[in-house]
Amino acid sequence: MSKANTIPARDTAAHRNFWTILKELDWRRYVIYIGFVVVFLFFAVLLRDQGFMSPQNLLNIFRQTATITVIAVGMTYVISCAEIDLSVGSVAGLSSVCTAMALSQWGLVPGILAGLAVGLVVGSINGALVSLLGIPSFLVTLGMLGIAVGVAQWITASAPQPILNDTFNMIFGSGDFGPVPGLVVWSAIFVAIGAVVLNRTKFGRQVLATGGNRNAAEFTGINTKRIKFQVLLISGMVASVAGMLYAGRLQSGRFQWGSGDELSAIAAVILGGTSLFGGFGSIMGTLFGALLIGLINNGLILAGLDSSQQQVVRGAIIILAVALARKK
Amino acid sequence: MNTADNVVEMRSISKGFNGVSVLKDVSFDVRKGEVHALAGGNGAGKSTLMKILQGVYQADAGEIVIGGKPATINSIQDAKAAGIGMVFQEFSLVPSLTVAQNIFLAAEPLGMGGFIDDRASVRRAKEVFAEMEVDVDPQAEVSRLGTAYWQLTEIAKALSQNAQVLIMDEPTASLARHESEALFELIDRLKQRGISIIYISHRMDEVYRLADRITILRDGARLLTEPLTAVTPEQIVEGIVGKKIEGQLAYRERDHVAHEGAPLLEVRGLNAGPRVRDVSFSLRPGEILGLAGLMGSGRTELARALFGIDRRESGEILIRGEKVNLNSPQQAIDAGVALIPEDRRAQGLVLDHSVRDNLLLPLLGQITRGPFLDSMKGKDLSSSLIKKFAVKVAHPNRPVRLLSGGNQQKVVIAKWLGTDPDILILDEPTAGVDIGTKSEILDMIRELASAGKAVIVISSEYPELLAVSDRVLVLKDGSVIRDIPRSDIADEEYLQLAVQGV
Repeated sequence: MSKANTIPARDTAAHRNFWTILKELDWRRYVIYIGFVVVFLFFAVLLRDQGFMSPQNLLNIFRQTATITVIAVGMTYVISCAEIDLSVGSVAGLSSVCTAMALSQWGLVPGILAGLAVGLVVGSINGALVSLLGIPSFLVTLGMLGIAVGVAQWITASAPQPILNDTFNMIFGSGDFGPVPGLVVWSAIFVAIGAVVLNRTKFGRQVLATGGNRNAAEFTGINTKRIKFQVLLISGMVASVAGMLYAGRLQSGRFQWGSGDELSAIAAVILGGTSLFGGFGSIMGTLFGALLIGLINNGLILAGLDSSQQQVVRGAIIILAVALARKK
Repeated sequence: MNTADNVVEMRSISKGFNGVSVLKDVSFDVRKGEVHALAGGNGAGKSTLMKILQGVYQADAGEIVIGGKPATINSIQDAKAAGIGMVFQEFSLVPSLTVAQNIFLAAEPLGMGGFIDDRASVRRAKEVFAEMEVDVDPQAEVSRLGTAYWQLTEIAKALSQNAQVLIMDEPTASLARHESEALFELIDRLKQRGISIIYISHRMDEVYRLADRITILRDGARLLTEPLTAVTPEQIVEGIVGKKIEGQLAYRERDHVAHEGAPLLEVRGLNAGPRVRDVSFSLRPGEILGLAGLMGSGRTELARALFGIDRRESGEILIRGEKVNLNSPQQAIDAGVALIPEDRRAQGLVLDHSVRDNLLLPLLGQITRGPFLDSMKGKDLSSSLIKKFAVKVAHPNRPVRLLSGGNQQKVVIAKWLGTDPDILILDEPTAGVDIGTKSEILDMIRELASAGKAVIVISSEYPELLAVSDRVLVLKDGSVIRDIPRSDIADEEYLQLAVQGV
């Protein structure tokens, strides 16, 4: 044994036993799974006669949650990098109308490209303003929220843009892959890529480092400005895909699609245990956060609550969950 | 001298900011396997010189030679590639990542398909710690570890990048005594492996314990570079502050302790949490009471209990013979108690606010006119405090963040003295400040006591404690084990034994 062991070894491996592991367990990171199971069981018992447990209903929950899940995956990157993106909902709306308009004019591929271009442009502007000019992302994306939805309403003169291209509708949301709804496949793909990139790639690690301690990241040789730019770009791109999923599922582009989704997505991310102050993010947690919100919405509808009551109960549950997840 | 032994040579470095010259023709070299102390007062240019070596700044003139070859260091990456590693004074780790993830941040070992291989980084982190002969769990999340581990992680991070030269800036500032000793042993081992260390410290005992040579900077110029065997501590101190401050750290008899009448503060059987157990003592006007004890002996916790931060479970606190309830800092302030906390950056200052706003924060009640703040009164009051405590500040409207450590500490002290407290508690008042400012702060403490205030000083530095205290209370495991008048303490050794409980 070296003499350096005179440092109290309280926190080191050799001295860990079961109880200290239990005590050190970071509940914040697991509360979402516990909460999910508790709420699920609660509804399963309470609403057993309303068909809550029917495979059709369970698939419905997944389907209804899919776009929020996709947006929330991008949002997880933004929040764990200690930024925020409030523009995602209106980017989805703008992307849905641009896709619809380009689709009817020029066909399938230009339609998809037009949708993606919305995310590319808005995400780049957000990212550039935040990383190059140092404007807080809260303000940049709050402004962009208004701009994107305003543009969407303006260019369509508030009219819905129907999508008659069946291939597009099949791919983006209306179709099924065998027994599995396409929307579920889309959210599974985003979750899988999102989780692997965040946990297993240099980029993901650099996002967490930038969010956890920007100075440290900078001194370690990480270009934190670039990382901030990239997370906002990703978030914009992902939101534009979500907008196309709305367009495909509802077979039209409309400026209202996605409105208010930024709040649901942020709630899903925070419920999932991602730190609002940056430095820690969990894509799996985000998935379950989004599913929990979907579960609550579905359960409350089945329970016969009207939409005003739903909002109250949903708000209360979110506050409760975040309070439970709070660090001691 | 054979220059081939030099791993780093900085030749005739000059640097200015906005036309103000900060470094003038400074040369500095480091030999293989040597500990080279770098000393100088606040603003002498130490940190600028080191930032040039790290690639944060570029020199205006002069050259850097590494391993005998001229090197261009224009970025932190260049410095790393050249084998320069830095152990930061203010730790620069990502708290939410694990030890191993921090060590290999931005240099992660990649496995199949280009994905990060966290198992490999844990394995390699273990190897680095094994070489360092220290016991740290690479999988622990950094935020859960104590500061000593943060530092070990930083050292491991530098070593994993093949650093040949480590820059350590006040590495013991936030360490307990035994942790510092462990660090010194680690430094000895690194030396044997041929790693050179640039050691920046204000603490003479550490410099003599570790360093082979010392370079002193003053006002941006090199004053001397000598082997430590060739200079005395007095010469070093004189070199740093530019004047003789002989006897500043010596105890001076003061004759102001009021032995008549009720004590100003009396504590009877105080219990508050596990680290304040059955504490009793009294304090008279004009008296300076030193609190000595190891890390975790309950010194800081006692101060927190007296200031109403930690809840009192039982026992009594009497001020001027009257029982008081100190259940919140506000009540403590109203009762005339002020606490100058240990971590001034986190607890004492709003760093981005101006010096003036910081000074006035506890004094807002004194500068109101009707329901509004009177900015003229505020200006006058803050200017008089700045003058009284000789805070070196370009303008009171400048953010306090820009001041040196010593001047920040003066702002914290001045801020609380503005409230004119009767009982003043100072927790590690001179941590991280240079010796010139240190003696000014100690003088300030003496003056306050002579003006009839009662002062409690908590310090891990025995010479400092012995320099000001009229009485020393020794704490161990939350209880008072000795209450020794200053006149009974022969020397530092005696106090050290008392603290160890011998």
